[in-house]
Amino acid sequence: MNKQLRRVSLVIAAMFLSLFVSSTTIQVLNADALTADQRNVRSVYDSYETQRGAILVDGQPIASSTKTDDEFHYLREYSNIRYSSVTGFFSFFNGATGLEASANDYLTGKNSSQFFEQINALFSGNPVIGGSIELTIDPKVQKVAWDALGNMKGAVVAIDPSTGNILAMVSKPGFDANRLASHDSTDATKNYQSLLSNKGDPLINRAISGDLYAPGSVFKLIVSAAAIESGNFTPESKINNPYKFKLPGTDTYVYNSGEGRCGGQTTVSLADALRYSCNVPFAQVGIQLGQDKIRRQAELFGFGKSIRVPLLVTPSVYPDSMDDAQTGLSSFGQFDVRVTPMQMAMVASAIANGGTLMKPNLIENVLSSNLASLYQPKPVEYSKPVSPNTAKLLTEMMVKAVSSGVSGNGQVPGVRTAGKTGTAQNGENDPYTLWFTGFAPAENAKVAVAVVIEDGGGMGQNGRGNSLAAPVARKVMMAVLGK
Amino acid sequence: MVSPILTGTMPKVMRVVPRNRNIEGLLLFFVFGINAFELAQIQLSTLQVLRSDFWLYWAPLTLIALVVHGILRRRASEADSLILPIAVFLNGLGIAEIYRLDIAKAAAGATDLFAVKQVIWTLVAMAACAAVIWFVPNQLFLRRYVFVAMATGIALLLLPMLPFIGLTINGARLWIGIGPFTFQPGELAKIALIVFFAGYLVSRKDSLAVVGRTIFGIHIPRARELGPILVIWVASLAVLVLQRDLGTSLLYFGLFLVMIYVATGRAIYVVVGLGMFITGALVAAQVMDYVAGRFGAWLDAFNPERYDAVGGSYQLVQGIFGLAHGGLFGTGLGGGVPQLVPLAESDFIITSLGEELGLVGFFVILLCYLLLIQRGLRIAFKHQDDFSRLLAVGFSFVIALQCFIVIGGVTRVVPLTGLTTPLLAAGGSSLLANWMIIGLLLRLSDSVAIKRGAADE
Repeated sequence: MNKQLRRVSLVIAAMFLSLFVSSTTIQVLNADALTADQRNVRSVYDSYETQRGAILVDGQPIASSTKTDDEFHYLREYSNIRYSSVTGFFSFFNGATGLEASANDYLTGKNSSQFFEQINALFSGNPVIGGSIELTIDPKVQKVAWDALGNMKGAVVAIDPSTGNILAMVSKPGFDANRLASHDSTDATKNYQSLLSNKGDPLINRAISGDLYAPGSVFKLIVSAAAIESGNFTPESKINNPYKFKLPGTDTYVYNSGEGRCGGQTTVSLADALRYSCNVPFAQVGIQLGQDKIRRQAELFGFGKSIRVPLLVTPSVYPDSMDDAQTGLSSFGQFDVRVTPMQMAMVASAIANGGTLMKPNLIENVLSSNLASLYQPKPVEYSKPVSPNTAKLLTEMMVKAVSSGVSGNGQVPGVRTAGKTGTAQNGENDPYTLWFTGFAPAENAKVAVAVVIEDGGGMGQNGRGNSLAAPVARKVMMAVLGK
Repeated sequence: MVSPILTGTMPKVMRVVPRNRNIEGLLLFFVFGINAFELAQIQLSTLQVLRSDFWLYWAPLTLIALVVHGILRRRASEADSLILPIAVFLNGLGIAEIYRLDIAKAAAGATDLFAVKQVIWTLVAMAACAAVIWFVPNQLFLRRYVFVAMATGIALLLLPMLPFIGLTINGARLWIGIGPFTFQPGELAKIALIVFFAGYLVSRKDSLAVVGRTIFGIHIPRARELGPILVIWVASLAVLVLQRDLGTSLLYFGLFLVMIYVATGRAIYVVVGLGMFITGALVAAQVMDYVAGRFGAWLDAFNPERYDAVGGSYQLVQGIFGLAHGGLFGTGLGGGVPQLVPLAESDFIITSLGEELGLVGFFVILLCYLLLIQRGLRIAFKHQDDFSRLLAVGFSFVIALQCFIVIGGVTRVVPLTGLTTPLLAAGGSSLLANWMIIGLLLRLSDSVAIKRGAADE
């Protein structure tokens, strides 16, 4: 019987060997990948051990942690709903979004710049105390933007063109992050579910990561930039100006928005086409330039690449391999062109800054737990989408569009203001998407802004970019300029 | 070749001196200290203070372990000296982790607490162990009751199928409930079936080992000798189909195959038996959603569809996250969040411990089981009489197989099934059965030593 017993012993040894291997695989070899799995909330639990740093705007906390007696140690509190798109939320039960997620390293003290705090914690046995982050947001501008949108769904982004600092980032509707930070799991989960199923999608940050919008006429800025940069066009170049234009290879006609001739003459200048926001000339210019030139221009402005501000910005899309008809449609921001408000603010910002695009950024300063400055991001040049001269010409075109064109409601009183409206069509009977993007003052701009309003601002197909989006942008620019 | 440690073939020298009990006493005091340390660490890290209910979780196990130790001195002084300390260590670690989970659950407002129940069941189970040592004079006593054991085993297995007292919990019909108490009679059936298998196989092993024909060098037993295998196969599949429990079904069948192999030395039984079981399980996977779901959740655990499905891989994946969170050294007792895993105190106690004690602690636990099993196999190697050897291998193997099925289940070596980790997991029936097995192993080890001692004189 001993032979059998030895074999049974071998089988048992093999069974246990497999357990040693499987546990080693899970606990050591694959541990990092398993910890990084989104469904693994243990890292959230770990981060509860440390007191998260505050998120500050102008020295005042908009998110901060206070000590509690329960097992979660600290309760996260948020000062105001208008910052919800910036902070996101930090929930024990539903994960984290916004800066709470993308700046988590700083807030929990795990960033390499917080090395000495980590060493200190290691030797003292205390948890690391997280760092605070001071934002570039201007609280006045944020409030004006929030209020100006009123009950409309949409987003506002305001940037300082010379530095890329984000002065305001609003997405509406917002949400009360306190309801998700609750330590009562039933409560927090119920609130989360109700926000998820809310028709207004309040948890989505429309400024950077919504479903992306058709840009409509604001895209004409990019086509104009490509046209001038090509050397084949100046603002004064004459373009054929029929009252309708048949798209090559189709039976479809393109009309201007009033269905008349652009400016009433048989030809129209590029500048006037932008000023009156005419589709027919831009369809022709686009086809003449070709999609490759436009795509290259769009990519220089940031299309097709995600950036971190440090919130992750969804890449905007200029479609691939279009035929001439599609190129024509996309030249006035229809067909499958899709953008974020952040992208359009970047376009305005680059033009405002003499053709140099500064990388947008939300973080002004990272502070240690004793408020010493650990890291101050420097302004970073992202690209040079157009030459200084082209920027100047585009600026003049945009100033005219506001001062004597169809984008007049963006005019900041007493200040030369550059801008462009857009009213993008969606489905045949769907409400329009309304746009304004621009900057002020036209020289040495202090602010570039992009405003998007969904669902025609509640007016269906009667809403217009100039009537609803432009006034919001005007108020935001006035707030920055102190008017 | 397996190491001599595992097979127990190394030292042939036997000691007649009752030094065993003194070693055991010393090891027990060491274990009591570890148990106290675990509880203290849990209270300090979760409650920040030592509270008086420390004694509630430490003293009962310690006292009853001393009682069992005392009874061994009186009635089985030559019994193995490692078995009791290992079992007490595992039981104490289980109580500590269950208590730690209770603290987390109580903080979250839950009322289904298990630690006190576990302490009470430990007292009951170890009292039963003491009774086994006291009242079972030797293995021949058991041999008289082989067919009583068979009847008891079958009755215990069928008990949950009865109306009124049978209970279905988490989809498996394995429990009986009387008033507020629930019990899993299948756990006790293990013991009865091992006694029956051992008795039956000893009396029939010669005819079972007779070769019928030889085809291509393979010895095929006579058809009628395959009868018993068929009966056990049908019974295991009945457990699978009627009680919806893959783990128990596999446990009984694997146990039987190993015992028949040890008794007869005919590997053909294992080959045929495994083939039949795998065929049965594959057919079951086709026709029974529950079995198919278990297989799917095993092979494709991280697929979001499996993860979100009702009865899918959520629990398995959460357990694996817990283990990964523990890493090499663990979070320390009380430092992790094992309560995130459903059934963290019973089926998933090993991931709870793996999270808090790390891979190092996980290995220590595995090595404890391995050592316990090795002590059992050692009895099987040393014993003179075949009935005792079969009993010892049965008891050892059932612990080994149960560990493999449940720990392999939570670490994705095999599909996850609902078995308890012996001596660690919350659950009265499991504790009772395993402590009775410990008692029987102690009894068997004593009779080895006595015989050897007598022979040496």
